[in-house]
Amino acid sequence: MTELNIVQAVNQGLRRAMESDSKVLLMGEDIGKLGGVFRATEGLQKEFGEDRVIDSPLAESGIVGTAIGLALYGYRPVIEIQFDGFVYPAFDQIVVQVARMRYRSAGALYLPITIRMPFGGGIGSVEHHGESPEAYFASTPGLRVVACADSTDAYWMIQQAVASDDPVIFLEPKRRYYQKGEVDTCADLSTVPPMYKARVMVEGSDCTLIGYGPTVTTCLQAARLAAEDGVKLEVIDLRSLSPLDMPTLIESVKKTGRAVVVHEASSSGGVGGEIGQSLMQSCFYNLKAPVLRVTGYDTPYPSSRIEDDYLPDADRILDAVEKSMSY
Amino acid sequence: MDQFDSFVQLLDTNGSIIDNPRYQSTLDAAALLAFYRDMVLVRQLDQQATALQRQGELGLWAPLLGQEAAQIGSARAMQSQDYAFTTYREHGVAWCRGVDPVEMLRFWRGTMHQSWDANLHRLYGYQVIIGAHALHATGYAMGARYSKRVGTGEVGRDQAVMAYFGDGAMSEGDINEAFVFATAYQAPVVFFCQNNQWAISEPTKRQSLVPLVQRADGFGMPGVRVDGNDVIAVHAVTMEALNRARSGQGPTLIEAVTYRMGAHTTSDDPTKYRDGADDELWRGRDPINRLRTYLRAEGVLNDDLESELSREAESLAERMRQGCRELPDPDPLSLFDHVYAGPDARIDEQRREVAAILSQERVN
Repeated sequence: MTELNIVQAVNQGLRRAMESDSKVLLMGEDIGKLGGVFRATEGLQKEFGEDRVIDSPLAESGIVGTAIGLALYGYRPVIEIQFDGFVYPAFDQIVVQVARMRYRSAGALYLPITIRMPFGGGIGSVEHHGESPEAYFASTPGLRVVACADSTDAYWMIQQAVASDDPVIFLEPKRRYYQKGEVDTCADLSTVPPMYKARVMVEGSDCTLIGYGPTVTTCLQAARLAAEDGVKLEVIDLRSLSPLDMPTLIESVKKTGRAVVVHEASSSGGVGGEIGQSLMQSCFYNLKAPVLRVTGYDTPYPSSRIEDDYLPDADRILDAVEKSMSY
Repeated sequence: MDQFDSFVQLLDTNGSIIDNPRYQSTLDAAALLAFYRDMVLVRQLDQQATALQRQGELGLWAPLLGQEAAQIGSARAMQSQDYAFTTYREHGVAWCRGVDPVEMLRFWRGTMHQSWDANLHRLYGYQVIIGAHALHATGYAMGARYSKRVGTGEVGRDQAVMAYFGDGAMSEGDINEAFVFATAYQAPVVFFCQNNQWAISEPTKRQSLVPLVQRADGFGMPGVRVDGNDVIAVHAVTMEALNRARSGQGPTLIEAVTYRMGAHTTSDDPTKYRDGADDELWRGRDPINRLRTYLRAEGVLNDDLESELSREAESLAERMRQGCRELPDPDPLSLFDHVYAGPDARIDEQRREVAAILSQERVN
């Protein structure tokens, strides 16, 4: 076992992916010499050279668009969008070009591109550095969207994303980047659970908490606090936002009869609504309460001095649990 | 400099050869005759497709009328190992890359999103989003560079990529980002801008107050402005740019000055925004007529060859009419194919729902 924080785990995972496939290229702003603004690619350019770890011009659409050309040539590009709030200039290239290549060409062409993106707020930064744009991508056919929540997943899921023949939006919880964890780096990539599978983190019988990325840690905190009061919460790390692993969620909710979905993104049009609807359709008669959401509000991301009022925390989650239990 | 002044021209509108100290054509009579045939057949292809749209057989068509020389001259400068990314108007490029005209119609008839096998023809399908593919071309060219397929000097190994777009696209961010990436990495890509004077209803002056080619300077790549209706000049400047690219000297911007003699698409009505005077002017600059005049004066083209070509054109049109109507509609359930590499639970469930509806319809 190796102790790694999440950013180190991403770094180690990328290194391993590059070692195992010479077609893997990294590209992004400041990822080479600097190693990325969060140092996720630190040391990789030195190790693999400037033709495999490419400092790109400052142009997000250009990064994604040229990655498409590189992928068509036979490469497997892993690109970094420096911050969630910077992805929008690349929106056409991602949702129209990357997502549709396989469909448009009736399977003749495909794009094994991984788009890495630190996401979510809570780091006290300025505007455009704390956003959660995942619903745009999760609702786009042709894209896969996954989020890691701890070091083990960061290490393995990035390798799975790189190996995927579908384009993957890989979301990294930036405010948990320095959260440490023990990672078994000796395991084999083919034996670790697939990235499309949700993971039951804590078993419980009273209510199911469903989070992903940074909110998994928040859900675990809430579960610990609830346990002190004798309430047994089941915590699920969703891991994949597209596709949703509904069988795992359904099995849990059939047991608990209650669910609270927790994400930082706004509630309207969000992943939580999709999960709630799917649970209602699949286990209507098992539900003892409506599926509730604890999310960011339907506003743009606020300034950092009040971001704690926007972000879901353990108290808001426990309030929702109480509301669910009182039905 | 006026929009129409100062460009490379090797064959004037009267069909006379012009000496140019910088660009010499390497084309012999047989090659020029072949270009003439290409242009005549591509014009026929274009007119037949326009007619098929009028008859309700195609949902839409984007005519290339007037741009034959720009497309044939440039695409015939490509080698088989090169690759091209085009817009929805480059039927002439597709023709040169060996795409069957009936295949081209699939996209416009709505039977497929991509008309042909991109891998087979080394030609990406029609791109509708203006400028997006210039980045794909640049990335592909970067791939050639990283794969050591540039500057080896080995014939047939070194690769270049053509990116085709129009004057309107020059205003798109993606085009400008493509110029930045291509120059930053000295990618073997040739940016071929057909300035056909109109972006639907907006004249080139709405995109740029100065000739588009001047933008090349600011990005640090050579720019060349060519008479886009002169197939000999287009071929010569494109050959040079492709050779530069393949030999590792980086990208070039070519502005081919031409004219969209027809509508933007079959849904467009150019009488709303331009008068007939320009049309008349440009009819006098027709790319096919001037080559015809030259070839006839040289004795390379004669009545016999012309009638043979007319027959060939007529049989192409007939084949397109028949082939178009015979293009099969896709199986409705194929709408669920190729979204992802593997199965997807939601899509599979939706496929079953539609299959059930279809079988119900068949019972009724």
